[in-house]
Amino acid sequence: MATLEDAVPGSEVVHDGPADPRRRDYMQIGAVAFAGVGVGVIALPLINQMNPSADVLAASSTEIDVAAIQPGQAIKTTFRKQPLFVRNLTPAEIAAADAVAVSSLRDPQSLADRTKPGKTNWLITLGVCTHLGCVPLGAGEGENKGPFGGYFCPCHGSAYDTAGRIRQGPAPTNLHVPDYEFTSDTVVTVG
Amino acid sequence: MSFPWARHYEPKQPLMKWLDDRLPLPRFVYNAVGAGYPVPRNLNYFWNFGVLAGAALAIQIVTGIVLAMHFSTDANTAFNSVESIMRDVNAGWFLRYAHANGASMFLAVVYIHIGRGLYYGSYKPPREMVWLLGVVIFLLMMATAFMGYVLPWGQMSFWGAQVITGFFSAIPLVGETIRVWLLGGYAPDAAALNRFFSLHFLLPFVIAGVIILHIWALHIPGSNNPTGVEVKDEQDTVPFHPYYTAKDGFGLGVFLLIFAAVIFFAPNLLGHPDNYIPANPLSTPAHIVPEWYFLPFYAILKSFTIDFIVPAKLWGVLAMFGSILLLFFLPWLDTSPVRSANYRPVYRWFLVALLVDVLILGYVGGAEPIARNIIMGQIASAYYFLHFLVILPIVSAMERPRPLPGSITEAVLSKHGGTSPAQTAMSGGALAPAE
Repeated sequence: MATLEDAVPGSEVVHDGPADPRRRDYMQIGAVAFAGVGVGVIALPLINQMNPSADVLAASSTEIDVAAIQPGQAIKTTFRKQPLFVRNLTPAEIAAADAVAVSSLRDPQSLADRTKPGKTNWLITLGVCTHLGCVPLGAGEGENKGPFGGYFCPCHGSAYDTAGRIRQGPAPTNLHVPDYEFTSDTVVTVG
Repeated sequence: MSFPWARHYEPKQPLMKWLDDRLPLPRFVYNAVGAGYPVPRNLNYFWNFGVLAGAALAIQIVTGIVLAMHFSTDANTAFNSVESIMRDVNAGWFLRYAHANGASMFLAVVYIHIGRGLYYGSYKPPREMVWLLGVVIFLLMMATAFMGYVLPWGQMSFWGAQVITGFFSAIPLVGETIRVWLLGGYAPDAAALNRFFSLHFLLPFVIAGVIILHIWALHIPGSNNPTGVEVKDEQDTVPFHPYYTAKDGFGLGVFLLIFAAVIFFAPNLLGHPDNYIPANPLSTPAHIVPEWYFLPFYAILKSFTIDFIVPAKLWGVLAMFGSILLLFFLPWLDTSPVRSANYRPVYRWFLVALLVDVLILGYVGGAEPIARNIIMGQIASAYYFLHFLVILPIVSAMERPRPLPGSITEAVLSKHGGTSPAQTAMSGGALAPAE
């Protein structure tokens, strides 16, 4: 890096390199750091493009009419392209869920924690096993509900009870309860 | 680098001389896989499998590129486009069966290639880098095979994608975010299929690149051999061409015969019928199993059923990835200076035990998760880690190896009853009966 002083003719000091080697280091580090920041900034869109796109996010709320579901019945619908179970629990199933000591559970939650006040018979969960994402059985007519009367995952044998709580098998947590609200007595908006 | 007695490329024709002065590509090939690469004279047929793996990759790339000309990456049409390849595209059934079974053949020869390396100690100094690059290639192959299996968008494709991306959700705190990022949605869908196709197209070329590094690293010390004894002088080696081009050519013929037999007579032997049902996000097949080449790792994943500090699911995922990552440390876990298991009377039996263990894991991986199988899988998984982390270092330290032959030539000549130039007490030791 030539400087004005170096350029003065007849200067008696003979340089092999620059007068102050740190000046060149400074330029070098600055240039590389500048390029590094540029690479980092360009990496952001390249990484972010893999996140769910606007149309996928737009399909993130679903309205369900639950009027036709009789006690003891369940339906399978979809929410964000994932299976969603809507189940109308019978009084016996509610009693079975309430009879379990919450502290004895792997993922301690009561049925009331997992439903809306006054609507404890409506169990709305994702139909995605929290182990590795298979669809548990038990929502359809005549499917195996497992040893706890709720849902049973055929892939690796996770068993859920009538509140969708993990009771046995490799799954770490209860079936996920998405955000939802009753917009009327019979219509639920999920998401 | 090569041995000092390696032959030098000397173009005779004026055109080749002209080319050599400007772009020495023929010289490069001559030194890599031609007469310019001296190779130990005693290689057995297990040394065919590196070349066979290269041939299998070439077959996958060629059939894959032509299949991509007919495949539709849209989630609504992908399944039907594969069926159209099977029924309508000229010779499409042949190309698709060759590609699908080619993946199995590729993995099969690579598993034998890895087994060869384990038995003959090819991972030991000075070839550690060859081994490490090989493990990288294996990981890339697994990723490529998985993403390729998703593309037909059948039931097994869909649920395979769901389960395997589910591994990432085991990571604490950020796991679910990573899974959604990988899939581009909350479940496998159009976005996931498209990106898997893009990466499935890319990765084979990355594999080809790492293979070039793998061979480059191999050619620095030169090939290992069944005695594990280093090359000492010129009589220990023969030029790669024509000796091993011929031997590999014969092996390639046998490989292609088996490959053709599978394609023409049992093309669906290794597949799952459920994958001929279009993907249905609302119904999981009764029995999800991965392709045969992933079964031992799947068994390790399934073997963790009890939470211990962290959830069982996270243990399973860590152990499954750990079982492969462990191979990166193999050159430093095995401290025995003797390479070939032929001269390691204790180690070779533990190696047989490991092979049986992996076969048991493979069985458990594909079996129903009933109590007996789970316990069997747990014992076999524990033994797998025990082998590498405990047995191997102890055996390396305690074992008394058999006497090594003085040289490759001596081992070859004494085996054939010929008079070795140095048939002394030393080479006699190699023939001594087992302790």
